[in-house]
Amino acid sequence: MFKKQLISLLYQIGALLLAFGVVSLILLSVGASPWDAYRNMFTGSFGSMRKFAEVLVAFVPLLLVTAGLLATFSSGLWNIGVEGQVVLGAIATTWVYRFFLDSGLPPALIITLAILGGMVGGAIWAALAGVLKVFGGVNEIFGGLGLNFVATALTIYLIFGPWKRPGVASMSGTVPFPDEFSLPQLAALRISPWALGISLVGIVVIYFLLQGTYFGLRLKAVGKNFRAAYLLGIPTWQYSMYSFLVCGALAGAAGAMQVAAVYHRLIPSISSGYGYLGLMVAMLINYRAVWAVPVALFFAGLNIGSIQLPILMKLDSSLSGVLQGVLVLFVLLAAGVRQKFSKKA
Amino acid sequence: MNKYLARLAALALALMLVLSACGGTPAPTEVAPATEEAPAATEEAPAATEEAPMEEQFVFGMLMVGPYNDNGWSQAHYEAGLYVEEKLGAKMIYLDKVNPADRPGTTPDQLAEELVAQGAKLVIFNSDDMKDASTTFAKANPDVFVIMASGDQVWADGQAYEEISNLMNIMGRMEYGKMIAGCAAALSTETGKIGYLGPLINDETRRLAASAYLGAKHCWEQAGNDAANLEFKVTWIGFWFHIPGVTTDPVQVSNEFYTTGYDVVISGIDNPVNLGEAQKQTSEGKPSFGVAYDYVAACDAAPDVCLGVPYFNWGPDYMNAIKSAQDGSWKSEFLWQGPDWADINNHDTSAIGFVKGNALGADAATALDAFIADLAGGLNLWTGPINLQDGTAYLADGEVGTDQQVWYLPQLLEGMEGLSASE
Repeated sequence: MFKKQLISLLYQIGALLLAFGVVSLILLSVGASPWDAYRNMFTGSFGSMRKFAEVLVAFVPLLLVTAGLLATFSSGLWNIGVEGQVVLGAIATTWVYRFFLDSGLPPALIITLAILGGMVGGAIWAALAGVLKVFGGVNEIFGGLGLNFVATALTIYLIFGPWKRPGVASMSGTVPFPDEFSLPQLAALRISPWALGISLVGIVVIYFLLQGTYFGLRLKAVGKNFRAAYLLGIPTWQYSMYSFLVCGALAGAAGAMQVAAVYHRLIPSISSGYGYLGLMVAMLINYRAVWAVPVALFFAGLNIGSIQLPILMKLDSSLSGVLQGVLVLFVLLAAGVRQKFSKKA
Repeated sequence: MNKYLARLAALALALMLVLSACGGTPAPTEVAPATEEAPAATEEAPAATEEAPMEEQFVFGMLMVGPYNDNGWSQAHYEAGLYVEEKLGAKMIYLDKVNPADRPGTTPDQLAEELVAQGAKLVIFNSDDMKDASTTFAKANPDVFVIMASGDQVWADGQAYEEISNLMNIMGRMEYGKMIAGCAAALSTETGKIGYLGPLINDETRRLAASAYLGAKHCWEQAGNDAANLEFKVTWIGFWFHIPGVTTDPVQVSNEFYTTGYDVVISGIDNPVNLGEAQKQTSEGKPSFGVAYDYVAACDAAPDVCLGVPYFNWGPDYMNAIKSAQDGSWKSEFLWQGPDWADINNHDTSAIGFVKGNALGADAATALDAFIADLAGGLNLWTGPINLQDGTAYLADGEVGTDQQVWYLPQLLEGMEGLSASE
């Protein structure tokens, strides 16, 4: 058992080294020093309290999305529609805010309602992908992808249409909400401890749901072998739907955080690509919840640290995305290689 | 296992689709060396601006909404930064493509703090899109100077006035530049149909599109034509430049104009993509022209179809502002700077200018010079009677528009086609 784990670790370290190797070659090919690039990215993300707070701002939605995806991956579903579920969460949150803005209710209550609204919005959007899958036979990858585009289109329609700023038609977004409707932030830092808390609760709930409950066990049974689970009497399609709903609610919470704690309004790219990035994190951790926090933190750090590249080295900051993608590819590749060898052995 | 692999392949395919669809503006601008600089700007002899060298080099930061080499709005700012570096011996650090599509998950105030962390004592926010963020940043960082270009937060007579002592608004009176652009278009069109490639809709873009129309109408009538035969249509794309999947494609909008009888398209967006389309049409045997915008050398993109470019020259005003931050004479104010009528293309004195393009005919060039001379002599096209697009009176007969009336133009003008606000 121990030996198996060690081998697995070696493969993953190998994948990590390969990924950094490839990205270093790319950097060398444009005449930049890989060492400087990695160092700048590191100090740019973990070099000061303020920077670490920015990393946490990105970490919050990423962790929520990853947590949600653990539920759908466990039941064997590739919920690529998670991106749209984040967007719908943001839209629903904005809607609740707009609805109650002048109601005179205490801001704390409105913020709570808005976040819950976001979770409902995300869950509904996920349920659509689920219905398409379960009753329509549409593969959730393509159903989800289609719904992602619809979600973006809906955002743009709302921003340019019913929710536009007076006299303005711009993708800059809706009118920002007054300060008291934001999740409270730490003094001089942009991170809201509430948002951080919500994301940590999200992953802990998922961890126990998957590890310690009958529900989680059934979910995994459905994921491992749909037919066998069915024959054993598990209501399989219901469990597929449950996993969509759980994932959608968490993705919706991520969207709610983007509105309530980061942008304070709806903007066209409100999801910031965290849905897709969360897919990468979930694949990288091979669906083990304990790894979600460090890996999501690492990816968030890359996102924030890479801002230093254009400022200090005139490099494109999309390099962090290249590194993330290459990393996932090599880890998957390493898993495949390992499987092949262990079969032969 | 095959099923697993098939799913993985499907996922990879799907991701590829998505990444190609929402990749934002083309990425490699930062890595590419700035080849097409051609700084026609800084040639003039520096007129006694060299002061004693600073003990400590002053660092200023700049956030640009588009790529620093966009051949338009952002490049004009970037080169103004180089101008300040040269004239003051200051150092610029910058971040371009500051918009939510290109830098997801970030906010401009956060990015400004990154520049401050690198030593910036003053930060320039170069886009209307960053107005709210510049306010947030300025209030949170009272010891950092802030220039918000094109905004009106500290205009005491404006509609959005806030007292923010470390913030300054700077904008050029591009209304004149757009009038000249409209005039050049009217003097060159064969069909009497002028298209205006609009960015998003707000006060600024409405008044600039309207200025182009006023200039076009004036010169069209001066040339002996009937204003009723002039068509002027504005099509908005939704942002300052193309963001795939979010905005309308300005290349398609230009194509639509050129293929429906509009032989001149004036760019109102941050780059002159209309020129490329004009060149394509012309090479296919259909003479088409474009007017560029924002950047002094923007016509270089397609010189043979370019009628000219009204451009911003931010350098002198940025230099003065940065100087004042250095020597303690900083004053929070709203500057709306006109051209230097003695020479609108003087890069040390004029906030806006106009460079004629190769495609402008000799007669048209003469007429355009006469128009510029008239403007310099006091001709004000913002003089009534002017009605708004819906027919309501805007300026009565003989009434001259105030700065407030012009800045906050509520609609397009009567005679213009296109949306005044979002549907």
